[in-house]
Amino acid sequence: MTARFSLSSIAAALLAAALTLAPGPAAAVNPNEMLKDPLLEKRAREISKVLRCLVCQNQSIDDSDADLARDLRVIVRQRLTTGDSDGEVIDYVVARYGDFVLLKPPFKGATLVLWIGPALIALGGLAAMIAYLRRNRRSAAAGGAAKATPLTADEQRRLAKLMKDGAPWAD
Amino acid sequence: MPPLPTRALYILPLAVFLVMAAYFALGLTKDPKIIPSALIDKPVPAFKLPPIEGGRGNGFSSDDLKGDVTVVNVFASWCIPCRAEHPLVTELAEMKIARVYGLNYKDNPADALRWLRALGDSYYATGADRDGRVGIDWGVYGVPETFIVDRAGKIRHKHVGPMTSDILKNQIVPIIKDLNK
Repeated sequence: MTARFSLSSIAAALLAAALTLAPGPAAAVNPNEMLKDPLLEKRAREISKVLRCLVCQNQSIDDSDADLARDLRVIVRQRLTTGDSDGEVIDYVVARYGDFVLLKPPFKGATLVLWIGPALIALGGLAAMIAYLRRNRRSAAAGGAAKATPLTADEQRRLAKLMKDGAPWAD
Repeated sequence: MPPLPTRALYILPLAVFLVMAAYFALGLTKDPKIIPSALIDKPVPAFKLPPIEGGRGNGFSSDDLKGDVTVVNVFASWCIPCRAEHPLVTELAEMKIARVYGLNYKDNPADALRWLRALGDSYYATGADRDGRVGIDWGVYGVPETFIVDRAGKIRHKHVGPMTSDILKNQIVPIIKDLNK
C-alpha cells in the first residue's frame, strides 16, 4: 500500500464518519419549551414528530420554526404534564385539525385504498405474470410438439446424404 | 392465444395510464394549502374571549354564536392578506344578514386597535386571542379564516385565506342566506 493511497483512504473514511455521525436537521424545539422531566420530554418529542405543522405541511411540529408549530409543541407538553396519555394528546390535536395533522395517515375505512392499494396492485401484477408464464409454457408444450411435423421422405434422404458426405461446401 | 384479447391487452397499459393521468390532473387543480376542516358540522368549541385591550365591547364567547347565523372572521394586524380582505368583511357586515365577529388572533392590542381604526371596524364584537389557544381550538392554521356558524351553534363552513368578492358573493353569502331560511 502506498502512502498516497492510505492518506486518501483515511480522508475518505473520515468524511464518511463525519457524514454518518452528523446530527440530522436540528429540531426546532427551544430549550425554554422543554419539560424538566426527561421522560415526559422524550414522550413530547416522539409525539411532536408524528404531528404535521399545518403551516409548512411537510415538516413535523418538532422540526418546524413556525409559530403555530411552537404553540402546538407547548400544548402537547401541557397536556402531557396534566397526565394525558400519548394517544389522548394526539386525539386532542386531531379533533381540531383532522387526520391531515398526522404525518402518517391512520388505517381506517377512508384510507383503506391508500394502505392496501399498492399491495393489491402488486399481487394482481404477480398473478397476471404467473398466469402468462404458465400459459406460455403450456402452449409451448402442447402447440410446440404438434407443430413439429415429421420430415418427408425426400427430406429424410437429403438429411441422410448430408450426414454421410458432409456438407457440399465443407471441402 | 386468440387475437382479440391480446390486442386488448396491449391497450391496457395505455388505458391504465390515461386513468391515472386524469386522476393526477384532477389532483393538480386542488390547493394543498387548503385543509378540510375537522370541525365542519361540529359545535363551536367552548371559549370566552375578552375584548381587545383598550377597545370597545365585552369580547364574545361561544354562547354568542347560538340563536342566529353568525360569522367569525379570524384576523390580525400582522396579517397582510387580512388587510386585503377587510373591505369585504365590512361589506358582509353591512349586508346585515349575519352578525360578524372578529377573532383577533395573536395580536398586539395597540396594533390591532390602530389597524381597526385605519381600516374600519364593522365587527359586531371582537375578541382578543392573545396566546392563540382559542384559535387552535377552532383549528386555525392560517389567517385570515372565516367561519359560518348556524343557529344551533354548529360550524357549517370554513374559508381559509382571504375572501375575494367572488368568494363572498358566490360562496359565503349564499350559504348564510340558506342557513337563514
